[in-house]
Amino acid sequence: MTRARRLRALSMMVAAALLLVSCGDQELPQNALDPQGPVAQKLANLINPVFAVAAVVFVLVQGLVLYSALRFRRRSDDEAPRQVHGNAKMELGWTIAPALILLVISVFTVGTIADINSKAEGADVVSVNVTGHQWWWEFEYPDRGVVTANELHIPTGREVALRLTSDDVIHSFWPPKLAGKLDVIPGRANFMTLEADEPGTYFGQCAEFCGLSHADMRLRVVAHTPEDFDEWVRTNAAPAERPTEGEAGEGAALFRQKGCASCHTVNGYSAGELGPDLTHLQQRKVFAGATFDLNEQNLRVWLRDPPGEKPGSLMPNLELSEDEITKLIAYLETLK
Amino acid sequence: MTTVLEPPSPEALTTAPADDTGLMRRPTEPQGVWSWITTVDHKRIGILYGVTAFIFFLAGGIEALLLRLQLAKPNGTVLGAAAYNEVFTMHGTTMVFLVVMPLSAAFFNFMMPLQIGARDVAFPRLNAFSYWAFLFGGLFLYSSFLLGGAPDGGWFGYAPNTSIVFSPGHGIDFWVFGLQILGIASTVSAVNFIVTMLNMRAPGMTLMRMPIFSWMTLISSFLILFAMPVITVALFLLAFDRNFGANFFNPAAGGDPVLWQHLFWIFGHPEVYILILPAMGMVSEVLPVFSRKPLFGYPVMVFSGIAIGFMGWGVWVHHMFSVGLGPVAVSAFSLSTMFIAVPTGVKIFNWIATTWKGSLKLSTPMLFAMGFVAMFTIGGLSGVTHAVAPHDRQQTDTYYVVAHFHYVLFGGALFGIMAGIYYWWPKIFGTMLNERLGKLNFWTWFLGFNLAFGPMHILGLQGMPRRIYTYDDSLGLNVWNMVSTVGAFIIAFSVSVFMFNIWHSHKRNRVQAPGDPWDARTLEWSISSPPPHYNFAEIPTVHALDEFWHRKYTEDDDGRPVRVAGSPGSEGDDAAHDDHGDDDHGDDDHGHGIHMPSPSYFPLVAAFGLPVMGYGMVYGRSSGQSYVVVVLGALILLGGLFAWAMEPSAEPEEEGHEPAEPATDDQPALVTAGGEEPSPPAPAPAPAPEESGT
Repeated sequence: MTRARRLRALSMMVAAALLLVSCGDQELPQNALDPQGPVAQKLANLINPVFAVAAVVFVLVQGLVLYSALRFRRRSDDEAPRQVHGNAKMELGWTIAPALILLVISVFTVGTIADINSKAEGADVVSVNVTGHQWWWEFEYPDRGVVTANELHIPTGREVALRLTSDDVIHSFWPPKLAGKLDVIPGRANFMTLEADEPGTYFGQCAEFCGLSHADMRLRVVAHTPEDFDEWVRTNAAPAERPTEGEAGEGAALFRQKGCASCHTVNGYSAGELGPDLTHLQQRKVFAGATFDLNEQNLRVWLRDPPGEKPGSLMPNLELSEDEITKLIAYLETLK
Repeated sequence: MTTVLEPPSPEALTTAPADDTGLMRRPTEPQGVWSWITTVDHKRIGILYGVTAFIFFLAGGIEALLLRLQLAKPNGTVLGAAAYNEVFTMHGTTMVFLVVMPLSAAFFNFMMPLQIGARDVAFPRLNAFSYWAFLFGGLFLYSSFLLGGAPDGGWFGYAPNTSIVFSPGHGIDFWVFGLQILGIASTVSAVNFIVTMLNMRAPGMTLMRMPIFSWMTLISSFLILFAMPVITVALFLLAFDRNFGANFFNPAAGGDPVLWQHLFWIFGHPEVYILILPAMGMVSEVLPVFSRKPLFGYPVMVFSGIAIGFMGWGVWVHHMFSVGLGPVAVSAFSLSTMFIAVPTGVKIFNWIATTWKGSLKLSTPMLFAMGFVAMFTIGGLSGVTHAVAPHDRQQTDTYYVVAHFHYVLFGGALFGIMAGIYYWWPKIFGTMLNERLGKLNFWTWFLGFNLAFGPMHILGLQGMPRRIYTYDDSLGLNVWNMVSTVGAFIIAFSVSVFMFNIWHSHKRNRVQAPGDPWDARTLEWSISSPPPHYNFAEIPTVHALDEFWHRKYTEDDDGRPVRVAGSPGSEGDDAAHDDHGDDDHGDDDHGHGIHMPSPSYFPLVAAFGLPVMGYGMVYGRSSGQSYVVVVLGALILLGGLFAWAMEPSAEPEEEGHEPAEPATDDQPALVTAGGEEPSPPAPAPAPAPEESGT
């Protein structure tokens, strides 16, 4: 193939890439290169210079390969290049030079490892126990008497100390804009610090293959101002009010009758432990492993056939009638 | 194993003659299906490995296309979650164990004995056994698709997801026992290659005159020898958990799921080098030939290969940086992983220096080899970013890692293997592959590869985890996923160009390959294409690294090559270089009195016992009676081995040909290469390499 064709292919690739980048102007809620808190920032402070060094080496090596391929192409069959068998000095040089570069990188690497492994301490620290389940997240605030699922609520500007463990298989907790991932392992406790600079909703998801619906094990971290966070805690620590009348009242009865109560806790009404705590379901924006937005329509679809919506879901298809679903949703809507 | 090559006892000779007594008549057909099934010729076994691995490559490739179709758009519906998990598990398992390893083994088999001037490997029947065990292991694994579902725990099979609680089906069982069978195949052939290389090099071929591909074969074989037992242990522990209720990996009973990860990656990381070192060897053969220059810094290339082989054992925790092993362990493995980049970098610079100021002919093998250097560098650089542990906390288990190891295993291993295929094809089949199609093959391969895997770096950093069967529109990952899928189909096109090239070059426009079409440097090119079945009529005596080149050229005072008068391929060399080989690989070794090992049924019989035992174990878990099948399989295996041990490795000459030396009467000629007194080779890879040298 000629040089011209090679260049044409190359330029086409570059053009295509540029085109795609320019029209890919979408939001990237899980972008790991967009840190939104000091923990993720520490990682980025290492990632960016390492990428820069890698880019230099990349350009150097690719440049040499391309140059060699173009410059030293055989032009006549009589060419008899000098037989160079090696050069100890040069080889020593390109052994030592990369080693030195890596040595410098390693100093910063070890420093950052020590830094991100230091545990958050102090009265200001918010403690959360995170439990991974197939396929949803449970968040328990032991000092505050709050249990919720799939949405981790935190105050801004304060360190959050997560204690991670799993109820079944290995998962991995990863909110890319706030922190690197850490595995969630049954029989082990891992510790991770998290902090958000600004209020907002940060996306994340399970990063370790954990079975059938691994892809549907997503999470949100919702950062509030400290005042709003205290308000959120107050609301969520209170028991649920139980409706007794109307559709909601019938729904509450169905909640027990159909067995929902044996898996789900509604503080003050039921104490199931297999599924997410629903005491303040309506405080959340998402459900079922943060896969669906919480609204009447999605709940209806979900209740018709949970394993159909999230493969392998432990919540079975209860063969509910549309009427029963309506009533159950009416009840769920009271869980504010 | 020693029994294999020991001279048969007199009783065995009298009770098992070639005719009609014995358990089975000794196969004698020189052509046809049975000659392939019973072959012990390293070249035929190499071809069998290559063809089989290529068929598995197509299967793994179709799986890859299915994965890419599912992920082409958000919320894809091509595969469900269950099918997706089976397909990605089988894709990874296939490409590692059934494609790259056996493709390398194909070249080990075919080329290594030719490169070191031997007539076969040390244990020819054991070699056949390795192939059959590999084939049966692969078929056993794939039969799971028809028997209730393929494995779906990932090629890494992390506990406790693989326990019967979370994976109650038989898929994981097929994976466990399939890998055990494949492990036996690999370990056995590693021993065979190591013994061959340490004992059977041609006279004068010191270790530091051994061609670089053979060196990488040696290092790779040692890695297989030491790495396979680790995965074997891990798989046995898992089998005990699943079949017999042990709790090695069950945290509820005090077991430790992280133990699996350590065992798996202590195997898994050397495995990466098992996959890449042979390709590095192939590229190191191709670059000098097409640059008309010797390999730059051969000793450094050898020792950096050895260094990689050693250091490869001390880096496994970089697969586990997000496990939470504590800052000391993470720091230590961070450093060791970074510094394994040093010998790798040395290789890259030495390859570039090999081409520097050379006379580069950009034929297809050379294009693939240079593509290897360029693409593998990208994989190496992203590898260094994993070594930076905090960096890795953002990218591990994302598509960034998928991009990384495809740049290493596709951009590296498969580019290298393609270079090797185009380079050695004429030698193996005696037919030149078409250059135009070859170049189309390369450029579509190169383009498709970069489109498929380049964007995955971006996807990973933009937050796309691995092994997800679906992703949401809101993540903003749509564009690059679509690009990646398009790239995958361009690769598929490229593979079909390759297959078309084979068909075209053999059926349409066949060009007979001369013995030395590329003006190459190593001994395999000194004989005809394809080589005669006895390889070398006279075992060559080696005087230098790049022995064959030195027979053709000498260097003038300026260090430039000058043709040696009357050398092979030079003008006036009317005998041409394949003077012994023109008579081809028929049964015409008569003139040379070369006595090759005889074909045998028993490697096949013995290997067949393995999948039988496997099925027994898989179904024994659900119904205890099936364990009887394990006994049956074991009996087949033992029966095969017994009959094999009782049969002489080579039948005595029937028609009264005078063997070259009377002493070789009941010994295959290969043992006596170089005309030494026949003696059984050392049973273990005893370090006796220099003896066969000068």
